[in-house]
Amino acid sequence: MDNVIRRRTPGARLARAALYAVLIVAALFYLLPLVIMLLTSIKPLDEIGAGTLLALPQHPTLAPWITAWGEACTGMRCEGVGGYFWNSFAIVIPAVAISTVVGALNGYALTKWRFRGSELVFALMLFGCFIPFQVVLLPMAQTLGWLGLSSSRAGLVLVHVVFGIAFTTLFFRNFYVAVPSELVSAAKLDGAGFFRIFWRILLPVSAPIIVVSVIWQFTQIWNDFLFGVAFSAHDTQPVTVALNNLVNTSTGVKEYNVNMAAAMIAALPTLVVYVLAGKYFVRGLTAGSVKG
Amino acid sequence: MSALEIREVRKDFGSTRVLKDVSLAIDSGEFLILVGPSGCGKSTLMNAIAGLEPVTGGQILIGGDDITWRTPAERDIAMVFQSYALYPSMTVRQNIAFGLEMRKVPKAEREQAVERVADLLQITHLLERKPAQLSGGQRQRVAMGRALAREPQIYLFDEPLSNLDAKLRVEMRTEIKKLHQRLGTTIVYVTHDQIEAMTLADSIAVMRDGHILQLGSPDEVYNDPVDMFVAGFMGSPSMNFITATLEGQLGDYRLRIATPEEQELVLPWPADRITGELADHLGQPVVLGLRPEHFSEQDARLEGQQEGTLLEARVTVVEPTGADILLRLPLGDSEVTARVGPKCPVAAGERLALRIDMSRAVLFDPQSESRLA
Ligand SMILES: Nc1ncnc2c1ncn2[C@@H]1O[C@H](COP(=O)(O)OP(=O)(O)O)[C@@H](O)[C@H]1O
Ligand SMILES: [Mg+2]
Repeated sequence: MDNVIRRRTPGARLARAALYAVLIVAALFYLLPLVIMLLTSIKPLDEIGAGTLLALPQHPTLAPWITAWGEACTGMRCEGVGGYFWNSFAIVIPAVAISTVVGALNGYALTKWRFRGSELVFALMLFGCFIPFQVVLLPMAQTLGWLGLSSSRAGLVLVHVVFGIAFTTLFFRNFYVAVPSELVSAAKLDGAGFFRIFWRILLPVSAPIIVVSVIWQFTQIWNDFLFGVAFSAHDTQPVTVALNNLVNTSTGVKEYNVNMAAAMIAALPTLVVYVLAGKYFVRGLTAGSVKG
Repeated sequence: MSALEIREVRKDFGSTRVLKDVSLAIDSGEFLILVGPSGCGKSTLMNAIAGLEPVTGGQILIGGDDITWRTPAERDIAMVFQSYALYPSMTVRQNIAFGLEMRKVPKAEREQAVERVADLLQITHLLERKPAQLSGGQRQRVAMGRALAREPQIYLFDEPLSNLDAKLRVEMRTEIKKLHQRLGTTIVYVTHDQIEAMTLADSIAVMRDGHILQLGSPDEVYNDPVDMFVAGFMGSPSMNFITATLEGQLGDYRLRIATPEEQELVLPWPADRITGELADHLGQPVVLGLRPEHFSEQDARLEGQQEGTLLEARVTVVEPTGADILLRLPLGDSEVTARVGPKCPVAAGERLALRIDMSRAVLFDPQSESRLA
């Protein structure tokens, strides 16, 4: 909208009402899959066959959720997705933490301790953002084998860190470029070194970009399927892989309610992160320089 | 032994040479001003002194020690930046104490130092604030406080006042001068403002394109400039340059200025200002440098008693500044600025008689722009 103050004519009000109507319809449309998943996940199986997708449950039940969490079959085993849910956390938390810390240090070094070839290093890192995952599957499997990390959680953490660093470096580099270099010069003259300057001067003003990096990495790694399926063993699978196995395990009738409940469980952490920190994400992406 | 000595320092960025064999030395307690147009390498020289940029060649000595390859922290230098560079996440107190903390000064001593400089700069009431909560002038003070707390051997100021508004700038200028007189600190101060340079400096180094053109006292740089650039850069309004022809014979030189509208103007060159070089330029064009204050209005009561050559010209513009009046009038092939008293009764378009004080005039070679006499 423009910033001109003018009287609201009836025509303008009407236009505004129409605008909101369109936006609300669009929002509902995007919410629809989530609503259907949620409704289906709390319906008994017979109601799913009988009613329409959007019909409210007659006898709401949490049984599908309990089954999905602890009993549903994912391939050979029938232990639900619960264990894999914690697997995902065990992979995501260290991977997010490490890739964010490394990205921050990279961004700091690339902007505030320029060295010969630092632009080239950055260009290569940027290139890393565009490498399709499929391309590295085989070499990565080989590498993990050499490192003795095949099919381990640590191996998956390493893969996600390696891939994530390209993005986190980009985030932090672009953020720190806008932080005046004179701050670093002043701190050098005051006697602080590389890590001290990072810790005391840069990090305290980095909250917006840390939020961006954490949300981005969390979502990416949590939602990853390809690396998860390629580099994990049965007991180190992330929840996305378990979900796939659960849905594809064909014994008897398809339990759509259990499938939906499992999908909800798998999606919940990223939803929660986005709801809690989404506004900081947008703010962090648009954050400019530090006002001293 | 000099407090700071710079020997033939060179600095290249890629293939461009930004500092070209810069040499200078200053004594302990001296206030040196580096002045020059934007982009001439002032900040680069400061960064070299501070150790923030490695030099390509040459040496830097502090108190006789070669510190060319020491880190900034090892140099015992404090710097005040144009942008102040206050640590945004720290309070004023933490900002001031940070350098001491890094040098492992005990907490009690740090507190004392903070109190001392806060008192000195009258920022005690601001100590618990963050930089974002300060005005421009207050930030400036904090930046100085941070430098003063450490009591280093040398202070570097890189255009510290250029982000302040005009009034505050004049106030802070006076304050910096007072501080220097009181503390006797050794200061290298960069500015592109020649008034700041004239008012603050013990000595001035005029820079251009990575060279120091002249290093001297404010009086020398102003009244005895080595070339047209220095002469034109220092002083406001700047020196008038008038093309003239040098005539006469040994010991009796005159400057002939062709004026389009009227008869030619002939100005005698003072006998005691004759240099050997002048003889080589006889009959050739030279550039006469006259500052606006070298003109003065003819006083009717002192008819015949005043020194200097008389010039009569039609004034084109009258600019009263309050303290005096600046006049624009044609002289030779260009227009010059003259500074006369505030009561001078003259209006644009009128003719006015002015005296030219040739004893302070300077002459330049029009080709090399260097000083002849
Ligand atoms: N890091 C750098 N890389 C390349 N050129 C630079 C760099 N820093 C300064 N320069 C160049 O050096 C010259 C002098 O700059 P500077 O010392 O900042 O000038 P000043 O402070 O006198 O305005 C300018 O032409 C500038 O473009
Ligand atoms: Mg500069």
